[in-house]
Amino acid sequence: MSTPLNISEIRKEFPILEEKVNGKPLVYFDNAASSQKPLSVINTISNYYLKEHANIHRGVHSLSQKATSRYEEVRDKLAHWIGAESKEIIFTRGTTEAINLFASTYGSDNLKEGDEIIISTLEHHSNMVPWHMWCKKTGAKLRIIPINDKGELELDEYVKLLNDRTKIVSVAHISNTLGTVNDVKFIIDKAHEFGAVVLLDGAQALPHIKVDVKELDVDFYASSAHKMYGPTGIGFLYGKAEILEKMTPYHGGGEMIKSVSLEESTYADLPFKFEAGTPSIADTIAFGAAIDFLAKYGIENIAAHEKMLHDYATEELKKMDGIRLIGTADNKAGVVSFLIGDIHHYDLGVILDQLGIAVRTGHHCTQPLMHRFQISGTVRASFAIYNTKEEVDVFIAGVKRAVKMLS
Amino acid sequence: MTINEKQDELIEEFSMFDEWMDKYENIIDYGKSLKGLSDSDKNEDNIVRGCQSNVWLTAKVEDGKLIFDADSDAIITKGIIGLLLEIFSGQTPQDIATTNLYALEKIGLKEHLSPNRANGLVSMVQKIKMTALAYRAKQNQEK
Ligand SMILES: Cc1ncc(COP(=O)(O)O)c(C=O)c1O
Repeated sequence: MSTPLNISEIRKEFPILEEKVNGKPLVYFDNAASSQKPLSVINTISNYYLKEHANIHRGVHSLSQKATSRYEEVRDKLAHWIGAESKEIIFTRGTTEAINLFASTYGSDNLKEGDEIIISTLEHHSNMVPWHMWCKKTGAKLRIIPINDKGELELDEYVKLLNDRTKIVSVAHISNTLGTVNDVKFIIDKAHEFGAVVLLDGAQALPHIKVDVKELDVDFYASSAHKMYGPTGIGFLYGKAEILEKMTPYHGGGEMIKSVSLEESTYADLPFKFEAGTPSIADTIAFGAAIDFLAKYGIENIAAHEKMLHDYATEELKKMDGIRLIGTADNKAGVVSFLIGDIHHYDLGVILDQLGIAVRTGHHCTQPLMHRFQISGTVRASFAIYNTKEEVDVFIAGVKRAVKMLS
Repeated sequence: MTINEKQDELIEEFSMFDEWMDKYENIIDYGKSLKGLSDSDKNEDNIVRGCQSNVWLTAKVEDGKLIFDADSDAIITKGIIGLLLEIFSGQTPQDIATTNLYALEKIGLKEHLSPNRANGLVSMVQKIKMTALAYRAKQNQEK
């Protein structure tokens, strides 16, 4: 059960919401691209640089030790948050780097000509392009799970794609363009029957749902802090320890070694083997503050609030002439993608911007998905904890005004 | 009229609008009244691809002047194309190659020429300039 949140109090934690854009109060509906940051996250970053900064994992001096323990505490906190062990959390710059890390290490260690990798039509380019690259390098083949007109994965077809050559299944937990929540438990269990390893792209999932990697039995999970009220430049790859142990390192350099002679190196234990060089320390520590923020309000409560906004916006949009909703899955997160009549998404986005309303327009880094729907892009509104019903009203009025100007 | 006289005329025209809405309605009107290109001219050779909207541009020479025609799938982009053609089409390659574009900034449409907008307009202006340079080189050779 969820308890209602006091949104007007929560809004006070996000100073940016006071900003005016083009002279109008900002309505920020581009949360699927990146959410805004609460003061607790912002202050953590500035306090770190004001009072706490030193490089980590290498100094005996107090500042370095303190920074190291703050950094490692976030690893523990995140591990606890998703039901993993700390050594299974590898910090990366974000989802994109996490998927590339997995593709280049696991992929290059294990893929050979004739092997198969399964992705789906609705993947973000960051879970598509790395596979194109590694298929080219290794001779592995890419197989694609199709979707139906509602934007749901066709799981019957998925099952047919699986076979003994399937080595990797890599799919989104939630679609950034359509909001579809995929039945990942089914996908994981089926893949395991064939001995394939599963990665979930969780960029859109962690801000909205509680994920337990052990319960899912997923092998790898990738996500970014900046979509969950945390800073940019930090994210992670979760991997099952027994698989990570066997994988070769990604980047070579400082901090990831056990010992180095002129001729060769031995590598550090998990997770440091995969974390070469000085990381984004301030952002990582502030990622911890973002998790505290999610925990404080409760992910179920946040999700319920977003669902209310989603349902309301969808109902209001449906009343408009010529509306076409792209993505109408039964199980859907707080994303509404749409087109109206033959109005171009770019035009709608420009007029909404003039009205202070930030939405995303275009293909949302999912061009193959746009081809599937035979469109060049959509207008996408996506919701977060601090959005209100009144803002949805402003948005709907803005869309109506734009439509009037453009038709 | 020279390119700069055209630019000043457009700036004057847009200075009448205090409200962003009137300004955009005027741009949309430019878009609607631009004749655009036939479907066969909207081909791969003429496309200037943007991430958000696409632009198609053709060029030909008449009496030593460069005549541009262009189109877009988005009406606001097409309206701004209308302004750009107003400024550059019918001018000599020499003038097009050497005159700076300042009107859009003065009219308050600078963001439409930012790479972030990805609407194809930046590349379209580049293509107009490159075309002018190419024709200028050709004209110089013929002299
Ligand atoms: C589903 C999905 N995957 C991957 C990414 C890439 O995330 P990042 O840019 O933070 O690496 C995004 C971000 O837009 C996304 O929505």
